[in-house]
Amino acid sequence: MNIWIAIGVTVLGCYAVKLAGLLVPAGVLERPLVRRLAALLPVALLAALTAQQAFADGRALVLDARAAGLAAAAVALVLRAPFLIVIGAAVVVTAGVRALGG
Amino acid sequence: MTSAGSGLTLLQTCALSLLVFTGASQFALVGALAAGGGPFTAAAGAFFLGVRNAFYGLRLSQLLALPRMVRPFAAQWVIDETAAVSLAQPDRRSARIGFLVTGLSLYLLWNLTTLLGALGAEAIGDTDAWGLDAAGPAVFLALLAPMLRTGTERAVAGVAVLLGLGLLPVLPAGVPVLVAALAAPAVLWAQGRRKGAARGDVPEENR
Repeated sequence: MNIWIAIGVTVLGCYAVKLAGLLVPAGVLERPLVRRLAALLPVALLAALTAQQAFADGRALVLDARAAGLAAAAVALVLRAPFLIVIGAAVVVTAGVRALGG
Repeated sequence: MTSAGSGLTLLQTCALSLLVFTGASQFALVGALAAGGGPFTAAAGAFFLGVRNAFYGLRLSQLLALPRMVRPFAAQWVIDETAAVSLAQPDRRSARIGFLVTGLSLYLLWNLTTLLGALGAEAIGDTDAWGLDAAGPAVFLALLAPMLRTGTERAVAGVAVLLGLGLLPVLPAGVPVLVAALAAPAVLWAQGRRKGAARGDVPEENR
């Protein structure tokens, strides 16, 4: 049930901001500071979420096979690999390390 | 696939894709729920990721000059890809066609792959054994990487990681990510003190 609440709230919120952009008069969002902040907020959120998903188990910090997978993804990104290869590298390396007992 | 791996049902996964249709927000919601976040904190994270669509909408409304009646329907397709294609067109007519074609084809493809991915993940069973729990952070990293173009972005990301991990054991689930978002204004403020002037920049990343 909680998941449905989350989905519902997200659906309404995400649709509202999409529509708001189309309806808001130009000029309000053109201020450099507002634009700069809007560009940086996703960076902060994604970075924090990446770290938490890779190094957290519940509320405890852990270092396990996922860290190796994330490192593999980082290497793939540095090598400019396509999106799916990056994800694939993370999955394969994580599964491999786990299979070896990591 | 990622979302089926974190405890959502097939129906919930597909509803998310059909109704939210903003990849980064979908992944963020699923990720936050998987990390044990409450529904409202999870939705808040997803919402913030969706906010950039408002900025695309602003540019697109001038470019496409849509009639008021059409706007509520067009809004659902205001995402990175449609904005990128439309803004690259030389005139209004091809911009409108670009928006329509990109929006329609992505909407169909995205929801079809979501269904297949969710079905596939259900068939696989224990996704952790196959390393699929690493797909979430890898997706985030891949979305994040193209954004880290200047020192400012890297500083924001670094501070956000420290806040997100450092506060995890002490704050309720979901809240550390929201606090980590404060890295953005904090770094801007610190930079403003050093340089005095801020520079406008349009976000450019994947869904």
